[in-house]
Amino acid sequence: MNAPSEFLDYGPDAVLMAGLTGSNWRLKDYEARGGYEALRRILAEKTPPEDIIAEMKKSALRGRGGAGFPTGLKWSFMPKNYVGDKYVVCNSDEGEPGTFKDRDILRYNPHAVIEGMAIGAYAMRANRGYNYIHGEIWDTYLRCEEAVEEAYAAGLLGANILGSDFSFHLYNHHGFGAYICGEETALLESIEGKKGQPRFKPPFPASFGVYGKPTTINNTETFAAAAWIARHGGEAFLNLGRPNNGGTKIFSVSGDVARPGNFEVKLGTPFATLLEMAGGMRDGRPLKACIPGGSSMPVLPGEIMLQTDMDYDSIAKAGSMLGSGAVIVMNDTRCMVRSLLRLSYFYFEESCGQCTPCREGTGWLWRMVHRIEHGEGRMEDLDVLNSVSDNIIGRTICALGDAAAMPVKSFIKHFRDEFAYHIEHKRCLVDPYV
Amino acid sequence: MLNIEIDGKATQVAPGTSVIEAAIALDIYIPHFCYHKKLSIAANCRMCLVEVEKAPKPLPACATPVTEGMKVHTASPLAVGAQKGVMEFLLINHPLDCPICDQGGECQLQDLAVGYGASASRYLEAKRVVFHKDLGPLISAEEMTRCIQCTRCIRFSQEIGGYMEFGMINRGEHAEIVSFVGKTIDSELSGNTIDLCPVGALTSKPFRFTARTWELSRRKSVSPHDSLGSNLVVQVKGDRVMRVLPLENEAINECWISDKDRFSYDALNGPERLRTPRIRQGGQWQDVDWPTALDFVVQGLSDIVARHGAPALGALVSPHATLEEAALAARLVRGLGSDNIDSRLRQSDFRGDAHAAGIPWLGMPVAEVSTLERVLVVGSFLRKDHPLVAQRLRQVARKGTVVSMLHSVDDDWLIKVAHKSIVAPSALVSSLAGVVVAAAAARGVAAPAAFAGIAPTVAEKAIAEAFTEGKRAAIFLGNYAVQHADFAQLHAAAQALAQITGATLGFLTEAANSVGAQLAGAVPQAGGMNAAAMLAEPRKAYLVLHAEADYDFARPQAARAAFRNAELTVVLTPFAQGLDDADVLLPVSPFTETAGSFVNCEGRLQDFHGVVKPAGDTRPGWKVLRVLGTLLKLPGFDAEAATDVRALVTSGAADLMAKLDNGTRLALSAPVAAPVDAGQGPGTPAERVADVPIYFADPLVRRSRPLALTVDSRPPTARMHASLLATLGVKDGGEVRVRQGGGEAVLTATADAAVPPGVLRLAAAHPSTSHLDGLSGPVTLERA
Amino acid sequence: MLSADLTRKIDRELTKYPPDQKQSAVMAALGYAQDEHGWLSTDLMDAVARYLDMPPVAVYEVASFYTMYNMRPQGRFKVTICTNLPCALSGANAAANHLKEKLGVDFNETTADGKFTLKEGECMGACGDAPVLLVNDRRMCGHMSHAKLDELVGELSAAADRGEGRPGFDPEHGIHVK
Ligand SMILES: Cc1cc2nc3c(=O)[nH]c(=O)nc-3n(C[C@H](O)[C@H](O)[C@H](O)COP(=O)(O)O)c2cc1C
Ligand code: SF4
Ligand code: FES
Repeated sequence: MNAPSEFLDYGPDAVLMAGLTGSNWRLKDYEARGGYEALRRILAEKTPPEDIIAEMKKSALRGRGGAGFPTGLKWSFMPKNYVGDKYVVCNSDEGEPGTFKDRDILRYNPHAVIEGMAIGAYAMRANRGYNYIHGEIWDTYLRCEEAVEEAYAAGLLGANILGSDFSFHLYNHHGFGAYICGEETALLESIEGKKGQPRFKPPFPASFGVYGKPTTINNTETFAAAAWIARHGGEAFLNLGRPNNGGTKIFSVSGDVARPGNFEVKLGTPFATLLEMAGGMRDGRPLKACIPGGSSMPVLPGEIMLQTDMDYDSIAKAGSMLGSGAVIVMNDTRCMVRSLLRLSYFYFEESCGQCTPCREGTGWLWRMVHRIEHGEGRMEDLDVLNSVSDNIIGRTICALGDAAAMPVKSFIKHFRDEFAYHIEHKRCLVDPYV
Repeated sequence: MLNIEIDGKATQVAPGTSVIEAAIALDIYIPHFCYHKKLSIAANCRMCLVEVEKAPKPLPACATPVTEGMKVHTASPLAVGAQKGVMEFLLINHPLDCPICDQGGECQLQDLAVGYGASASRYLEAKRVVFHKDLGPLISAEEMTRCIQCTRCIRFSQEIGGYMEFGMINRGEHAEIVSFVGKTIDSELSGNTIDLCPVGALTSKPFRFTARTWELSRRKSVSPHDSLGSNLVVQVKGDRVMRVLPLENEAINECWISDKDRFSYDALNGPERLRTPRIRQGGQWQDVDWPTALDFVVQGLSDIVARHGAPALGALVSPHATLEEAALAARLVRGLGSDNIDSRLRQSDFRGDAHAAGIPWLGMPVAEVSTLERVLVVGSFLRKDHPLVAQRLRQVARKGTVVSMLHSVDDDWLIKVAHKSIVAPSALVSSLAGVVVAAAAARGVAAPAAFAGIAPTVAEKAIAEAFTEGKRAAIFLGNYAVQHADFAQLHAAAQALAQITGATLGFLTEAANSVGAQLAGAVPQAGGMNAAAMLAEPRKAYLVLHAEADYDFARPQAARAAFRNAELTVVLTPFAQGLDDADVLLPVSPFTETAGSFVNCEGRLQDFHGVVKPAGDTRPGWKVLRVLGTLLKLPGFDAEAATDVRALVTSGAADLMAKLDNGTRLALSAPVAAPVDAGQGPGTPAERVADVPIYFADPLVRRSRPLALTVDSRPPTARMHASLLATLGVKDGGEVRVRQGGGEAVLTATADAAVPPGVLRLAAAHPSTSHLDGLSGPVTLERA
Repeated sequence: MLSADLTRKIDRELTKYPPDQKQSAVMAALGYAQDEHGWLSTDLMDAVARYLDMPPVAVYEVASFYTMYNMRPQGRFKVTICTNLPCALSGANAAANHLKEKLGVDFNETTADGKFTLKEGECMGACGDAPVLLVNDRRMCGHMSHAKLDELVGELSAAADRGEGRPGFDPEHGIHVK
């Protein structure tokens, strides 16, 4: 079932990304692939919104942005009888190191996201929406602007869509360089034209979202999957994957593999298979470690990874999380101290700075790892690193604190020897190749 | 009500209460930095983490709403562990420079570090350094490295101050508190951020390094400035006032004070203090001792009364004088047989006096302002004249109260004002009449006959129609309305509006003791002359209390001339002033050096004691007046203490309140637009609107050196609409000659879209404008 | 301060938000202002604040929070290269070093001729194309081998000679941003 060569190769199981060539992103192409059929049907049949939510629940679709929250359940939280604007927001601020799938969805299949958002808006009786697009992918933002324009022109967005009484106004908003805006409430603040500082919850966005209005935020891939589910049914999606782990998932594979890229596979596919799709290890070197869900998730040693299937529950059992589906692969030449140092620097630089444990703790963690990497570490530092991490986890306003601390704890847990070696010998355990 | 338990203590609280509020009600202390009861919740410091049963992780008490059956542990191992963890984070980058920090001894971080900090630091890395900032003359931000990013100052500026002057730039560890690049903090409430800052990052610039807190004694007092009567803590070291802080009083100033209240104390120790009595003989001033000075005054007054009759004597009492001073001054003049006494020095229209039902006042307790649903403020520079009343209205306006404004300039009160009618002074009465007519129409009642033929504008209709909803409504007349040339009619029209709408009529009242001075008898009571009359028909002798001819009168020129030409002008003042006009200067105490009392706008009598010894030969004003009375052999001057004087004035709160009444029996008359040209000399005629800038308003504040450096103290400019500038052929920033009543001044002209066409906005109470005739009235303008 | 073209762009952004939420357009407004002026001077931010009815300090907060805004003058071309872990695993550091040598500057510095400012960036969401870099915030380039880097530098240098790219840097005073 390999896709013909002129098609982008997301793997044989691809459904969301099937048939994409890189240039067939326009409305007419999407419609030729069956796009907007679901939205048309829903509007024509006046499908009760509850039925759509039920279908989402049946699909076992879980949020693709990182937290894996069941989408149908989230949609059911929106207040039904609220008078006034309600919002649906798409989180395309893909900034989690290792993650680059949403960009492909947006540039090659933008109408899938628009349709997913429109269906979500219908199901949640929302009338306005924003797609928040990562600032660094400007050309993709421009493409989304074009796609939205096409949809408006075709009467698929705006007032009284396709002559129905359903109205949905969708706009693109772009970021300007802040990882934290991927956090959903920081993203809302950013749409409001403020610094991207996460809000304390409660209140949750469903009751107090953008401009204080009820709001639901989902990831780009989640909306694209929602459009697919609306067309093919929840059952069909569920059957693509495993119970509680419905559907396919796009994994962004990066690092020491022969062919980095995005691969859409059924949830539950063995990691080994995914690695093979990515061309196997670059230069055939052994797999040392892998971060299976984006840089915020715990790292796992290669041997554990090779026995793990790629779905939410299996990866959790292995001791990490599926997260955003970013698979960062490291071979035997990679120094774990240096790798952690780069990640710790990232969280230190990206902390929004409002809450104490994250603002102060990320800097502390980074400086300690920095000292160790530069031969000034002390054995006690490893315990202090752990304890400082514990003092961050669960005590911050948003999950960036946890995201900064979890890599630290997992790197030390699995590769303590390497850290100890560094401290003792003031140099790397491995001989890095370029 | 929800049932909850904190540290084993069961209680019931209302839904929506936070855990920290519930704990405070139970007297359980939860450590915190960012939480402040008057500010929005930020939950950023994380110091208040507590254990909540069934919650997987510790929760911030400030941001966690209580739920039914919630069980909270504030001091369990989990909670204390979390709090200690946060404290460690707060301290790693904090310079532990407590011995040289101004906040030492009153630092929340220092206090809590004792309880929650570890003895030895595990932090071996370099500490962050944050650049100092220049925030202007009042707030020092020299040590921003101490900042713990609680954002209280930012939230204060946005929510209480009404304008975001502070912000936090950058992010993460690089986050810093700033004002906009190179801008100072200009809010009239800015000093409160010093109190709010839990560490020594924002400190008082004037106070910096002058004393350690434990060297200071704290004395209660009452603000002598605006009519709110904010409660103060005056901190003294030896005989010197070192600092002024708010004393929390929810019913009055809440936990705030204005910068005027906070920083005026500098004048107390300033170079202009008068330390000995002085008399002028043969054009020469000489310092004399008290017996000589008093003898001179007694002889002079007796002689003038004997030669010209008692009505030749007039007394002008500042509304900032204490109740006791005003009472004894009134007693003294009346004892000599004159009823010429007044404290309404900036008022010019007294035609309503014969019809007034009582002493004008706020019409309600101050705290009730925070419960109003509909408010119309007529003629007020609200934000600068009444900073904390404005703050209360700002808060309710955020919650939906409809605030409207009728005024002669479109000032930004930093309040969400729903409806505005901005008209020239000469049209103020007719605009209010328009609101009355529209209100009558909205209520379906007949409009007053005097207003027949008035067609309300869209704005006037909107203002009126706001009153058809909302139960608690008020109409407030501001200082500008009272100083207006047609005040009596404004008052009557406002009363008509109140009657139609069911709103309460109130006066914001000008000064700390505006109400008290009238209560004490410092207004004519038996056909005597009012302030304007005493200057229009000059007297032979004047007794002046705390007032300055140049700045404190409706018509400074007239005041100066009258004092200068009188045979005897006696001024009781803490400052060497009026040297060209007076004959005797008697050094009397400012509020910090005497016992006394003020009656605030809500009719609350608040007494206070001297907090330091009088400077030099200064004596409390009431004692000086007592001695004068005695020397003049007048009856009733045997009060032993300030309380005895008070007893002469009022028997208590009930008696006092009975005398307050905003009613007027003056008949409404059809508004007449005064002709603009009144022959002020060559040039283009215009109408003057004068504000009394906040830091020029009274003798004490206008001598505070730090306040003199603020933006609010900049010399006034001639502000007018661009169309008027164009008529004059003057560019924005060019010079214009202003003529009024024979006086003239050359000033910088500024284009100001907030000023209606044909109007000159030019502040009073400043040397550059004190040679013009008055606060209001016609002027002519010419390119200079 | 704000050109007609700029206000037209801002006005278009404003149509995306409710009329009482003008502040929402601030990020786009600052972005376009930066395209035109090269960096966000205090005056420029003030002008944006006025245009959007925002307190100036709120604009300053936003401008300094997001990393792609230039708070100082930059070279005509700002080149931001991602060095985060996934990119580093695929040669980002070598690419960055190559750029540093080729341009003769370190991160956060501007070449003496005012053509280039080099910046270190965080994950751009394109790790599969590593090494990736961004030119003047708008143009992303992937798979940046040394040869492709040389080609790019040549292209941009020529463009700078033609006066293309962003204004802002003042070679006469040789501002080096550190
Ligand atoms: C620091 C941080 C960064 C995040 N970045 C992203 C992101 O780039 N994209 C995304 O979709 N979700 C991101 N999330 C998760 C979102 O907060 C949110 O859970 C998600 O958008 C919900 O959509 P979903 O339910 O469809 O996954 C981030 C969360 C945190 C704490
Ligand atoms: S955890 Fe970090 S990023 Fe999240 S709110 Fe706190 S400081 Fe900001
Ligand atoms: S007081 Fe609760 S987090 Fe600061």
